[in-house]
Amino acid sequence: MRVELVKRKERSRKMALLSPLIAVGLTAIAAGIIFSISGHNPLSGLYKFFIEPLTQEWSFNATIAKATPLILIACGLSVCYLSNNWNIGAEGQFIVGALFGSALPILMPEFENAATLPLMMVFGMIGGALWALIPALLKTRFNTNEILTSLMLVYVASLLLDYLVRGPWRDPGGYNFPESALFSDAATLSTIPGTSISFAAPITLIVAIVLAVVLGKTLKGFEIRVMGESPRAGGFAGFSARKLTLFSFATAGALAGLAGTMEVSGALNQLLPTISPGYGFTAIIVAFLGRLNPFGIIVAGFVLALSYIGGEAVQSAMGVSNKIASVIQGLLLFFVLACDTLILYRVRFVGQRGSAGEASHV
Amino acid sequence: MFEAVLLTIITAATPLLIAAIGELVVERSGVLNLGVEGMMIMGAVVGFAVANQTGSGTLGVIAAIAAGMAMSALFGFLVLVLVTNQVATGLALTILGIGFSGLIGEAFIGIPGLKLPDLYIPGLSDIPFIGPVFFQQDALVYISFALVIAVAYFLFRTRLGLVLRSVGDNHGSAHALGYSVIRIRFAAVLFGGACAGLAGAYMSLAYTPQWVENMTAGRGWIALALVVFSSWLPLRVVIGAYLFGAVSVLNLHAQAVELDIPSQLLSSLPYLATILVLVLISANRRLTLVNTPACLGKPFVPDR
Repeated sequence: MRVELVKRKERSRKMALLSPLIAVGLTAIAAGIIFSISGHNPLSGLYKFFIEPLTQEWSFNATIAKATPLILIACGLSVCYLSNNWNIGAEGQFIVGALFGSALPILMPEFENAATLPLMMVFGMIGGALWALIPALLKTRFNTNEILTSLMLVYVASLLLDYLVRGPWRDPGGYNFPESALFSDAATLSTIPGTSISFAAPITLIVAIVLAVVLGKTLKGFEIRVMGESPRAGGFAGFSARKLTLFSFATAGALAGLAGTMEVSGALNQLLPTISPGYGFTAIIVAFLGRLNPFGIIVAGFVLALSYIGGEAVQSAMGVSNKIASVIQGLLLFFVLACDTLILYRVRFVGQRGSAGEASHV
Repeated sequence: MFEAVLLTIITAATPLLIAAIGELVVERSGVLNLGVEGMMIMGAVVGFAVANQTGSGTLGVIAAIAAGMAMSALFGFLVLVLVTNQVATGLALTILGIGFSGLIGEAFIGIPGLKLPDLYIPGLSDIPFIGPVFFQQDALVYISFALVIAVAYFLFRTRLGLVLRSVGDNHGSAHALGYSVIRIRFAAVLFGGACAGLAGAYMSLAYTPQWVENMTAGRGWIALALVVFSSWLPLRVVIGAYLFGAVSVLNLHAQAVELDIPSQLLSSLPYLATILVLVLISANRRLTLVNTPACLGKPFVPDR
């Protein structure tokens, strides 16, 4: 049997909605197989991984806490990917944003007032944007491949963080532990009164809504989509690919930097040698699973956040390694990409002879 | 001292060289596989696990090659048959490889590994200085050079190599001439996977004979940059790999002479050097345009 692709006359709207669902379903099946290979009941594994975290309040809140940075970063990345700019260094932009945001409470701890937190967030966005502009400028100025440079800067950023928390920014009263001093109350992002959900969540929601409006209703959004689909046509319309590269990288970097600042200020309350369980990379999956659409990204952010929480859950309940979470994340991206083929193509399974009569359509 | 430095450079350069020469063939066929890091880390963990379980380094190496090929087959199916985006699929392969290797490797953390034996060539190995540097290496170092020569010969001196390059430069014409673009590309992708797996085995069986999570530490990505550096010419990959090998062992030797530089800065040098090299190469348009496979990364769907 052979697989053949037949191009559809137009994008299938039905498949555009269905393909992420099919992908999640296939991932669940694959995860079930992994559970049974490692000697566990696949159904209870899947339940503990995907469902149970949503049924308890604390784990539901933990899911929101993990989904927030993922959604924020993925929103920025979607601007890059829609316009055909391959920024895969969001992890580094997240870290540098966190460093810029932390500079204020660490270097000027006595600066405590209502402006502290907003200033930290602005610094974080500036830091992330500057870090993201490095590969963007190298691309526009020297035509350098942005995929490799943005990724290399992730390693540089994490080494910079490591240097700062072990060196100049280490807490003088911290018994030589590699960590910064705890942030003051003024530098701490609080939780919504009466809940244990950080204010990072509503901020992220607002960003996603603003992005949806910009992408759907404004000229800038049109520019982003045109330049992604047909740079030549965009050129005739007077859009500049270079400016858009800088714009999309700066946007993605700023949002990743904001996420980094909110993570250290809200969740961690200090700088540590590692401040992210790979949010910047997981957000790439979130962006694709969410079909590069802000509302899709919100849903996808929850799915991927669940994989972190579910990983912890199956580890403590069943003794399965929490490494299974990153396997499931990788499989999910594979299935998402494979299912996206269904949007543009019809898949035909052709018998060995290849005659049209035997072909069955999907 | 000088001898020791040379020896560490060779061990640091070899995995880069093996992975990059494989990816060079893949890219010459017009496919961009960004999953080198993922295939390499799978090769490292599978090679270590099999060598550890069977006590045979050779079996470990073979298993690592198989693991790299299995990963690349997955990539090849998506990219060539389902025509998915090559950049995103390569990323997926890396994310999956890092995840799977962590899961498989968990049982092997902290277990002392098996080191591939150094070859001993009677006579030559005993020559002072030259002997230990050039004739007392493990087999994979020699294999890496053999691979480069074989790939250079294949690409530029054989008919099949010409076909592979034509597929990478103009898949439409190659298809019209009756060559199976997809089959040729699939073979190239599998070769790239085998090389990445082998490079991974070198990491866990020769470079540091143990399993550490994420032990490839971006070397797969540096190998991708080396292909650009080489402007898709096999012999230049050797120069690039040894240059990067030299940069990446600076950290090791700087500690010995007690330089007052933060170790993190030295550790970041290979990554900064990669960026610098990419900028220098890409700024020179003449150099890049001549050899870049014209169809690199472009999807191909045969019209029927």
